[in-house]
Amino acid sequence: MEGLSLHVPKGQFVFLTGHSGSGKTTTLRLIHMAERPSAGEVRVSGFSSEKTSQRELWKVRRRVGFVFQDFRLLPGRTAMGNVAFALEVTGTAKHEIRPRAQRLLAQMGLSPKAGSKIHELSGGEQQRVAIARALASDPLVLLADEPTGNLDERATRGILELFWQINALGMAVVMATHDMELVRSFPKARVLELDQGRLVYDSMEGS
Amino acid sequence: MANTVKEAVSAFRRAPLLTGLSALMVGLALLVLGLFSLAAFNLKLALTAIEERIEVVAYLRDDIRSVDMEAALQTLRSLPGVEEVLYVSKADALQRALTQLPEIAEVASDLEANPFPASLEVRFQPGSRTTEAVESVSAAARELPAVEDVRYGREWVDRLFALRRIGAITAGTLGGAFALVAALIIGTAIRIAVFARRDEISIMQLVGATNGYIRRPFLLEGAITGLLGGLLAVLLTWGTHQAVYNFLFTLDWIPQTWVWAGVGAGVLFGVLASGLAVRKYLREI
Repeated sequence: MEGLSLHVPKGQFVFLTGHSGSGKTTTLRLIHMAERPSAGEVRVSGFSSEKTSQRELWKVRRRVGFVFQDFRLLPGRTAMGNVAFALEVTGTAKHEIRPRAQRLLAQMGLSPKAGSKIHELSGGEQQRVAIARALASDPLVLLADEPTGNLDERATRGILELFWQINALGMAVVMATHDMELVRSFPKARVLELDQGRLVYDSMEGS
Repeated sequence: MANTVKEAVSAFRRAPLLTGLSALMVGLALLVLGLFSLAAFNLKLALTAIEERIEVVAYLRDDIRSVDMEAALQTLRSLPGVEEVLYVSKADALQRALTQLPEIAEVASDLEANPFPASLEVRFQPGSRTTEAVESVSAAARELPAVEDVRYGREWVDRLFALRRIGAITAGTLGGAFALVAALIIGTAIRIAVFARRDEISIMQLVGATNGYIRRPFLLEGAITGLLGGLLAVLLTWGTHQAVYNFLFTLDWIPQTWVWAGVGAGVLFGVLASGLAVRKYLREI
């Protein structure tokens, strides 16, 4: 990445576009602080990449949800188990875990599938479980790296609608995608285009 | 803490084969150390038994008065490191010679006088069976008017101590090497177990679990695997001991403290290996 200067305010929906290797995933990883910039600084909800130690990264991770193309769920657990796991490891009180996990799954339209093992779910359903897990810590921003890359058209539409709903509740969403049809389907979103690690287009600046 | 135990137990339940294999590898690695300890301990016992035979013999003049003999006895008994001093009369010496060498019986019966001298045999306390102590007692005995000659098999004592030094160095080096190999094998076994759960670690990090929260169940699992492996090693070493004892030769069992030290080493290696493996993934992700 080079010369990237970007501010995503609360509640904004951002599409990060560009060809493979343009730097979309790296940008998301920088925001998630899974990677640190060799120069410059990333600031997320008051946490600076320069000052946040490896030990303190969990504080950033609870403010930034992350959804992947390949879902990254625990295959041995149920849909409920995956969401409950996220709540459990982030220190949610025991008696609150189940009701909160149920609420999150209901939000995703997955209540009937709560007890299903991951391999029993369709791709779209697995991605919904992953989104529910990402929302478990009540983050300020949701990052998504090609979240519909493995899904058919119908499932893609369903997932995108979910992201819109989440965004409508005030959460910022940054979604990396190379699917321009997807981008065009939500005209209100801010669109950023990257090319070889540089920002070449920002719809807010119109350049 | 309850979560840590729950996570560790559920990890064992989810992958009992992997856990069993890890514990088996730990057990076999520690078995090598256990067998070495068994051999080293018995070698130590054998050397100690030989050391117990170290003694200084002060041969007495034929014409001494009982008061000189008594003085010699008292002087030798008062020397530092001396455990006991036995008086062997001329008659006892002859009897011993006849018992040990029955073929001289005929020659002895032709003799007019008993040629064997009376003597004082000096034995040493366990911590004082050293070349220095033996030489010091021997020198003191030579000064006594009742003593004609002093023998202690200097060459034999020197060789015994040289053997002991070589034994200690060999045991230390080999024991260290075996411990290192055991640590490496245990480290690998635990690393494999942690590797199998790297996705779980990555997800825990992804959703914001603290490093301590992630690490704790793995440390507990490492400790339990090490404990199971350690107990297995004790069982296998005991089995080997029993087989050798019953079918080959008498062998002493290692002291209880060594047994617990071995099990403790298993637990320690397990915890360390787990900690290092998890640390690696925590840094990578």
